[in-house]
Amino acid sequence: MAEQRIPFATHAETTVLGADEIVLNMGPQHPSTHGVLRVKLRLDGEKVIGSECVIGYLHRGVEKIAEHRTYTQFAPYVDRMDYVAAVSNGLGYCEAVEKLLGAEAPLRARVIRTILTELQRIASHLFWLGTHALDIGALTPLFYCLREREEILKIFEKYCGARLTTHAFRIGGLQYEAYDEFEKDVERFCKPFDKRVDEYESLLTSNRIWVGRTKGIGILTAKEAIDYAASGPVIRASGVKWDIRKAMPYAAYDLYKFEIPTGKNGDTYDRYIVRMEEMRQSRLICLQAIENIPAGPIMGKVGKVLKPPPGEVYHSIEAPKGELGYYIVSDGTTQPYRVRIRPPSLINLEAFDKMIRGHLVADVVAIIGTLDIVLGEVDR
Amino acid sequence: MQTLIHFVISIWVQLVCAVVIVAVLPLVAGYIVLMERKVMADMQARLGPMRVGPHGLLQPIADAVKLLLKEDIIPDEADKGIFWIAPLISVTAGMLAMSALAIGPWFQIADLNVGLLFVVGIGALGIFGIVLGGWSSNSHYSLLGALRSAAQLVSYETAAGLAIVGALLLAGTLSTREIIEAQEDYGVWFVFAAPVGFFIYVVASIAETNRAPFDLPEAESELVAGYMTEYSGFRWALYFLAEYTNMVVVASIATTLFLGGWLRPFAGTPAFNFLDGFPSLLMLVVAGYCFYRAPKQPVKIQKMFLAAVGGLFILAAGILAAPLMAPPGSLVASAKPGLHGAFWFLLKVGLYLYLFMWLRFTFPRYRFDQLMRLGWQFLIPLSIVNVMGIGLALVLHRQLGWSHWTAFPLTTILTLVVAGMLASAGAKKDKEHAVVGEEA
Repeated sequence: MAEQRIPFATHAETTVLGADEIVLNMGPQHPSTHGVLRVKLRLDGEKVIGSECVIGYLHRGVEKIAEHRTYTQFAPYVDRMDYVAAVSNGLGYCEAVEKLLGAEAPLRARVIRTILTELQRIASHLFWLGTHALDIGALTPLFYCLREREEILKIFEKYCGARLTTHAFRIGGLQYEAYDEFEKDVERFCKPFDKRVDEYESLLTSNRIWVGRTKGIGILTAKEAIDYAASGPVIRASGVKWDIRKAMPYAAYDLYKFEIPTGKNGDTYDRYIVRMEEMRQSRLICLQAIENIPAGPIMGKVGKVLKPPPGEVYHSIEAPKGELGYYIVSDGTTQPYRVRIRPPSLINLEAFDKMIRGHLVADVVAIIGTLDIVLGEVDR
Repeated sequence: MQTLIHFVISIWVQLVCAVVIVAVLPLVAGYIVLMERKVMADMQARLGPMRVGPHGLLQPIADAVKLLLKEDIIPDEADKGIFWIAPLISVTAGMLAMSALAIGPWFQIADLNVGLLFVVGIGALGIFGIVLGGWSSNSHYSLLGALRSAAQLVSYETAAGLAIVGALLLAGTLSTREIIEAQEDYGVWFVFAAPVGFFIYVVASIAETNRAPFDLPEAESELVAGYMTEYSGFRWALYFLAEYTNMVVVASIATTLFLGGWLRPFAGTPAFNFLDGFPSLLMLVVAGYCFYRAPKQPVKIQKMFLAAVGGLFILAAGILAAPLMAPPGSLVASAKPGLHGAFWFLLKVGLYLYLFMWLRFTFPRYRFDQLMRLGWQFLIPLSIVNVMGIGLALVLHRQLGWSHWTAFPLTTILTLVVAGMLASAGAKKDKEHAVVGEEA
């Protein structure tokens, strides 16, 4: 087996002092590459003059597995992609298959789906905030964030028995009826949550060091964001008002009032502000939704054995990290012919090289953090 | 033989002090780590170490045993000799620096006439250990960490040195013992005479010891562990020990220079003599808490252990109270300055360390260029102005006969005005360079 070695130094004339470039290998075992991302950095001193993301360390062939499972059997696999936001993954898949079948989940099911996905969005953003702050050196917010996330996970656990890889939904509706205390639990979490977000903001938003570390870092202009097909908070922070919940409403989002926060400069600070505001908006959606959960069945008519007619469908939802799309091709059998997933983390990661050039090593972790990638989803 | 005995007798106090420092400092460092973890846990809504011993009291010992037994790995391509010796340099420098510091009027190894200069100089030698360790590891992370560390020390040592100069002007001596006595004569700690100098020293000392928010040399989210990345086991522990020893050293310097060393608050005012009871009272409160928690421990041996800890604190309270109870003039009563001096000194050091921890868990980390800008464009100019301000105050006081109460506040306000100007100039410059990411 040939030994693979990264060269210690490569010769180039681009460095300011005429010194050798350093090639620094970050990851796949690095404390702040959020899993197993490997980044090869070309450095001039501490300045980054080029980068290359090496992915695939967590590749499990999720898309290929789909071709050998029935539509129902494949549903739990999608939970393992973005394991920080499993509920959103499940929602996207279930709705895509429903679209393929020409069926629709009943209203009650859609409302409960909305509540759970919005809670999941809050949980995902909380985890992002904690780890992002930790990367930039603020140790404490992580624990406050995990404290609140724990409450959400407890609601998930009560609802479907699982905390992380929930598999909460079923094609055609819901697997479980909402438990008795469901509304109360959600309300108990959401009511004081506004104050909690203020608490995080008091630690960071106007902190000089935090502002210094995030303002002007990793700028992505609106045009660049569109060119890179970025989505989610990353594109919204650049000033593009693009949110699939509004643009192509799914689940029960058309019933509720909420705003899409956008940024101006497209830097790390704006992405931070956008996500903080999104948590507040998600809380408002949850509060609106639990006020009136309609009665009725939780399963639509989809039949025991799912056999969609031959054809293809693309359905996307606004996952916490961006546009999560499922492209499913059916050949009329019980198993999908092809499932192609558009993972928001992967597409957003493409912009990494553009964002990091010219910044320092310390900004690498800030930018990885601000993209909010989950390697389970990048690699699938 | 006779001369040897005479020699030993003449230096026995110093010998005992030296042995105590070398033997006890690692233990103290371990317990500072425990304190840090507990403080961190408290600020982060959790409990911290609770398993080894009641309330994790034996955790430092368990950690030390683990680190001693760990395999000592030296990377293949490392420069073995330097790799081997680098952590030793760091530790030795830190411990040597302790030797000139006076922990209470009785406990001092050497009262050098250049005491403070010696402490600062030797303390700064520790950087050699870091740079050599980072260099010899033959790893990019270590190298970057070492370079950062060197640059950081050079920049902030200047500011810290100038802040020290300010206080030295007030004291008029370099001997640590005489500096504290000078504060007794002034009747006020130098932190009140030169608050700006104290502030500069706090910031610079955090940076110098590589603590957050200036912990760039070992920024775990960027450089894994910086210069210590390739170290493991006991060698790693030595670096750790060096870091905490350095913390104690800078805290001791700050205590000596600015916080009145072993002096009790309001040492010169007899009306505040009741404060002499505070040491015993504090020990009793801690003991009371131990006894209160003891029955709630899950295992019998832990109950006994915590009760024993409580007993030790009662004993300490008794020892601290004894000189107050004894008739004046007796041998026991004359022990008061030594015992109470050490108590107040260590209390101040502890509070200073608490400040370090508090800042660490509250703030995010600076970036390297920001750190340099803060050092060179703000702290160093400010510390020069501070030295001039204190000089001016001394001229006003000594030559022109102004009172303390007008001279020092006036110059402090002047210094603060300059600080404000520096800050606003820095902010303006920041705005000009707001967008950095465009060039490449």
